[in-house]
Amino acid sequence: MSMPALELKQVSRQFGTQQVLREIDLQVFPEETLVLIGESGCGKSVTTKLLAGMLEPTTGTVFWQGRDVASLSAEEKLRQRLKIGYLFQSAALFDSMNVYENIAFGLHQNTDLKESTIREIVQDQIRAVGLTVDVGRKKPSELSGGMRKRVGLARALALAPEIIIYDEPTTGLDPVMSDVVNELIITTRERRPVISIIVTHDMHTVQKVADRVVMLFPLAGLEPGQPQVIFEGTPEQAFSSREERVYSFVHGDATRRLQKLALA
Amino acid sequence: MSTGKLHRTPIHWLGELVIQPVEFVGDFVLFSWLTFKWVFSCWPRSSVIWPALYQVGVLSLPVVVVTGAFIGMVLAVQSYDQLRVMHLESQLGAVVNLTLVKELGPVLAATMLAGRVGSAIAAEIGTMRVTEQVDALEALGADPIQYLVVPRFLGCVLLIPLLTVVADAIGIYASWLFSTAVLGVNSYYYWNYTYQFVTLFDVSSGVFKSVFFGAAIALVACHRGFNARAGAEGVGTAATQTFVYSFVFILFLDFLSGVLLSQISQWLYG
Repeated sequence: MSMPALELKQVSRQFGTQQVLREIDLQVFPEETLVLIGESGCGKSVTTKLLAGMLEPTTGTVFWQGRDVASLSAEEKLRQRLKIGYLFQSAALFDSMNVYENIAFGLHQNTDLKESTIREIVQDQIRAVGLTVDVGRKKPSELSGGMRKRVGLARALALAPEIIIYDEPTTGLDPVMSDVVNELIITTRERRPVISIIVTHDMHTVQKVADRVVMLFPLAGLEPGQPQVIFEGTPEQAFSSREERVYSFVHGDATRRLQKLALA
Repeated sequence: MSTGKLHRTPIHWLGELVIQPVEFVGDFVLFSWLTFKWVFSCWPRSSVIWPALYQVGVLSLPVVVVTGAFIGMVLAVQSYDQLRVMHLESQLGAVVNLTLVKELGPVLAATMLAGRVGSAIAAEIGTMRVTEQVDALEALGADPIQYLVVPRFLGCVLLIPLLTVVADAIGIYASWLFSTAVLGVNSYYYWNYTYQFVTLFDVSSGVFKSVFFGAAIALVACHRGFNARAGAEGVGTAATQTFVYSFVFILFLDFLSGVLLSQISQWLYG
C-alpha cells in the first residue's frame, strides 16, 4: 500500500478535563473515500479537525504526506491546509456575505487572480453543485438546508483541494436531498482524484460512497486501555459484522442497549 | 466503566480555582499579543476594515451625541446648585467643561462604546465561533485574529478619540445652552472662565486616554467572542461579560492614566 496522505499516530485530544480521543491511530490513503462512523460524542468531528490541522493533538502526532505537522512552519502549514477542503456540518457559511462572496472568499484570500477569473471559477462551482448562478446574490439566510450544504461544498471545492472532508453532509436533509449530496460526493471524486473523508450517521451514505469504514466508540463506554477504533474495514464487512456495538449502530438496533439499561 | 472525564478530588477543585484565573489572564495576554502582531505587520483588505469603522464610528455617533448632551446639562444643573451657595455660579463653565473634557467625556464615550459596539462584537464573533464560521475562516486560509479582530481593534482605537471629541463638544454646547438659557448664567463669564481653567493639555489628556479605553474594549469583546460557549446562552454570556469586564477595565485604566497624566501635568506646568 502507498504512503498515507494523512495519518494520526497515537493521538489523544482533551478539552479541559474532558478527554474525547485516546491514542487513536488512523491512516488515510491517496484517492480513497474513508467514512468515519460512530455514536454522537465519540470524537469523529474532532478527528477530522485534527486531520485538517484545525486542532492540535494533546499528545501524539499528525502527519501530512509523511511530515509531522508540528514541525511545519506557519507558511508550509497554510500551504498544506489549503489542500484540504472542509464542508462543515452546518455549512458554516459567512452570514455577512452573499453566496458569491462566500465561494470566492478562499480565492480572494489566497490568490492574486483577477476578479473576472474568480467570477468564472465561482460560477463553475455553483453549477457543479447543481445550483443556478443567480443564487450567487442570495444571503445564506435565504437558502434551504440542502442549498446551504451545496454552497458549502462549492466553497470547499473552489480552491481545488486534494482532500475533502465532509462533516455530516446529509444531516438534517430530506432523503432526496441527502441522495443529491451523496451523488455530489461521488461526482466530485470522479471529476478529480481526491481523497474524501466523510463523517456520517447515515448508513445510506456509507453504502453508497465508502471505500473503507472506520468506527469510533465514545470513551465513556470504554474500559481504560480498550481501543477507541472498534471497527475498520469495507462497508460490506461493517454491515455483516456481528460485533455487538458495530451491529447495533450500523443497523440502528437499540434492543441490546435498552436491555442493558433495564438490567442496570 | 471509564467516563472519559478525569476523576476529580478537592485538590483538583483547589487547583482549578488558582489555575483558571491564571489561564484566563495568560490567554488574554497571548490574544492581545497576537492582535498587536497583526496590527503592526499586516492589515486585512480595506473591504473588511471599512465596515468595522462604519459599525464603530458612524453607528455609535447618535448615542454618543445624546449621552454627551444630557451629561453636559446634568453637570450644569448639579454644579450650579453647589456653586450658587458659594456665589461662584459665574464659574460654572470652568467646572463643567473641565470635568467633561478630563473625565466624563472619555469615560462616557467609552462606556457607550462598550455597551453598543463591544457587546455586538462579542455576540457576532461568539455566534461565528459556535456556528463554526471561525473554523471555516481558518480552513479557507484566513487567520481569524487578522480577519476578525484587527479591523474591530482598529475601528475602536482610531475612532474612539473622535467620539470622545464629539461627546466633549456636544456636552460643552448643551451645558452652555442650559446654563445661559435656563439657569441664567452670563455667557461671557461662562466662556471666560472656561478659557482660563481648561487647558489644551486637559482636552488632549482626555482624548489620549480614550485610545486605551478603545483598545481595551476591542480586545475584551473579541476575546470573549472567541471564547463563547455554544448556544444562545453562551453568546449572551459573552456579550454581558464584555460590558462588565470592559467597564471595569475602563475604570482601572482611567485611574492609572489619571495618576500618570497628573504627574506629567505637574512636571510640565509645575
